[in-house]
Amino acid sequence: MSVQKMQSVLQPRTFVENLQRVLRQNIREYGMYIALFVIMAIFAITTKGTFVSSRNLSNLLNQTGYIAVLAVGMTLVIVIRQIDLSVGFLAGFLGAVAAIALSRWGLPVIVVVLLVLALGALAGLLTAFPVAKLGIPSFVASLAGWLIYRGALQLVTEGSGTIIIADEAFNALGNGFIPDIPNIGILAEVHKLTLLLGIVAIVSFMLSEMNGRRKKLAYNFEVLPRELFVLKLLFVAVVVGAITWILANYNGISWTVVIMLAVVGVYHFITTQTVLGRHIYAVGGNPDAAELSGISVKRIIYMVFGSMGLLSALSGILFAARLTSASTTAGTLFELDAIAAAYVGGVSAAGGVGRVTGSIIGALVMTSLINGMNLMGVGISYQYIVRGAVLAAAVIFDVYTRRASR
Amino acid sequence: MNTPILEMRDITKEFPGVKALNNVSFHVAEGEIHCLVGENGAGKSTLMKVLSGVYPHGTYSGDILLRGKEQHYRGIRDSEKAGVAIIYQELALIPELTVYENIFLGNEIRNGPLVDWNETIKRAGEMLDKVRLKVNPTAKIRDLGVGKQQLVEIAKALSRDVKLLILDEPTAALNEDDSANLLDLLRGLRDQGVTCILISHKLKEVIEIADTVTVLRDGQTIRTLDAHKGEVSENILIKHMVGREIENVYPRRNNKQFGDVVLEARNWNAYSPAVGRTILRDINFNVRRGEIVGIAGLMGSGRTELALSMFGNPAGYQIKGELFFKGQKRLFRQPREAIDAGIAYVTEDRKGNGLILMQDVKENITLANLRAIAQRSIIDSNAEIKVANEYKTSLNIKTPSVEQVVGNLSGGNQQKVCLGKWLFVKPDVLILDEPTRGIDVGAKYEIYTIMNRLVEQGLSIIMISSELLEVLGMSDRVYIVSAGRITGELPIEEATQEKIMHLATN
Repeated sequence: MSVQKMQSVLQPRTFVENLQRVLRQNIREYGMYIALFVIMAIFAITTKGTFVSSRNLSNLLNQTGYIAVLAVGMTLVIVIRQIDLSVGFLAGFLGAVAAIALSRWGLPVIVVVLLVLALGALAGLLTAFPVAKLGIPSFVASLAGWLIYRGALQLVTEGSGTIIIADEAFNALGNGFIPDIPNIGILAEVHKLTLLLGIVAIVSFMLSEMNGRRKKLAYNFEVLPRELFVLKLLFVAVVVGAITWILANYNGISWTVVIMLAVVGVYHFITTQTVLGRHIYAVGGNPDAAELSGISVKRIIYMVFGSMGLLSALSGILFAARLTSASTTAGTLFELDAIAAAYVGGVSAAGGVGRVTGSIIGALVMTSLINGMNLMGVGISYQYIVRGAVLAAAVIFDVYTRRASR
Repeated sequence: MNTPILEMRDITKEFPGVKALNNVSFHVAEGEIHCLVGENGAGKSTLMKVLSGVYPHGTYSGDILLRGKEQHYRGIRDSEKAGVAIIYQELALIPELTVYENIFLGNEIRNGPLVDWNETIKRAGEMLDKVRLKVNPTAKIRDLGVGKQQLVEIAKALSRDVKLLILDEPTAALNEDDSANLLDLLRGLRDQGVTCILISHKLKEVIEIADTVTVLRDGQTIRTLDAHKGEVSENILIKHMVGREIENVYPRRNNKQFGDVVLEARNWNAYSPAVGRTILRDINFNVRRGEIVGIAGLMGSGRTELALSMFGNPAGYQIKGELFFKGQKRLFRQPREAIDAGIAYVTEDRKGNGLILMQDVKENITLANLRAIAQRSIIDSNAEIKVANEYKTSLNIKTPSVEQVVGNLSGGNQQKVCLGKWLFVKPDVLILDEPTRGIDVGAKYEIYTIMNRLVEQGLSIIMISSELLEVLGMSDRVYIVSAGRITGELPIEEATQEKIMHLATN
């Protein structure tokens, strides 16, 4: 939406006027980024810099991973006016399945990952069945799943308690980092592949933006004024560059971050560029109109819940790999963290509105709060209160700006 | 009749960027029926919202005097207390509650701390008598038809000792019988001393019932006309409303050439499991290339159900019978199949199941045919903007850009977006269900012109409409539906309002 709104900047104006205008029109979206920035700045000060250290930021991103992938799936579930409460214990249960498959059945990692992902997708379709076929509210259908997977998790971990995972390749998904290229003499102290990837990302972003702008100009469509466009490119380059530099000064990019970025990338592409994505938002915006436009609402429900199950499985894998074990309580309250992240990220309960990129920022905001307050030594009870207040503030801000923009 | 019950003086109401009302003056005499007319966006609803306190004192400039006393409403409760009641187009009743509970909702008859239900039921019965509605007060609202619900709304207003009753397009959703009944009731209330302000797009009924008519245009009072001095006629009203004369409300089509039968239903029956009865019986029906076929009938007669049953049957009726499309026997099991074959259906309720209000113009226009602007399922957003702009131009959709959210457009422009959406699927048969409901005269004319252009290009149009004049003005042939059956088929030369009405109530 941001790009479209920016295009409405028509008449030639001064640079400052244009900037103010674009900021005002996109305040809802930028609000989240600003909030994340403010929260990080506050923690950077209160922890005397520890929060923004290479080591902690790397850790923070890894902590966000298993909630972020859930939040991406949950965003789409909420966009089509549904909810899925079963995802937390489903993730926990599938993490245990992975642990058992690795340690007891001795299956290879790749087989285990694919098997668990398939089971996740299947579980999602099962939740969707009563919703799509019989019109049962998803709150109830997925609450049943919540109970069932919680029981299933306890059942498989009852005898042994925590199941330790010894497979290093699997554990690397939650703890490992991408390998570096061999030392070539320069920049010996930093992670060179990470830097290289960061540069590639910045350059390809710039090229694709410039290409898009050129195409729009060729059609005579409205585009962002030149100075603002340059400013936007510079801003993104600086932010991506800074994050890359910080990560490169520690162990580089972790596998969790790679997976997270891949998931966001794929989902962002699907939701914004494809027919399927448009159908999902149409069903969320007005299911009756969507049905009469030739879209099968049932099919969309199956697809969205199926993807949610798949991402629950991924979340379970990331969590188990991070802890190098499956425990009896794995996945507890994940579903609510994911829902909170989606709402902080600007998804609307009325349906049809919400972006996966927003949910990732929402997940980062929520994890930053936990991480930062832990570093400050804030008690767990206060942490819950602060997180609740931030969630409420985010939703109020969202509703307020949405109204103001009418 | 000359003492003013209401005087609104120099009312100006501004929204960011728009002057919705500009020095409007509006005087209503005691005991009259005063009609307020104007195109959509002329400021009628805004004026009534100022009057009823929806926009509280201080958010507009100007004075409101009720029986000579200046009024400062902080909200709708204040205006209700003063005896002003407003009944909106979208009814504000609670479907799951009973008639008596609804009538006294927010105004409960108490016996100490408790509600006196027996007294409530008794008084509700009296109110229902006043509006001549014969239903049990203990019936639930959802079991009543729209016409009866409207009467319950009026009963609710009367129960609060209303002095000034405002009705916002009360007959928009009513069939001719219920409309006539309602107008009759308003006359009765007038004779009992209730003053009435009626907002309506149906000029026939305005002429029939009004003592006085005030015309608004572009947020200004254009003229107040006295019906008893013969100042009110359809041409005069339209002239003042649009600021120009429309010689013919229904544009002429010159070269009428009909081709082969494109769509035909034979012995078509449908049973609705949801309603539990047969809703269509032995329907035989066809439309030829280049023809506009009108389907007339009262609301609930099965017109919309007939369209839906042919259009992929999304409501899941059990269907018996045969459907032929372009000479081939077909059965569409989903709207997708009907769309792919070449049938488009513009719904009667554009906000309810026609448009996605929170999405923009281009997304709505391309929704039913995304394939055409996508390659391997990836949408070409530049192609999309281009397509949308083409329809914006050809249908004259008034919007700052195709990236405007359709919820912000006026009714007429929303309807054009619906049309654009369904024209983009490149149909052979276009089903239009109430194509001009709730849109202003100017936009209606544009839609009729577009329809004529389409059939001249070889499209076939099935037009379902409650407005008899529209059916007579636009169709080449008319089917009349009543209680799920086709009770008549008339070539346009033989069709008259009386004949159609007779068959529709058959």
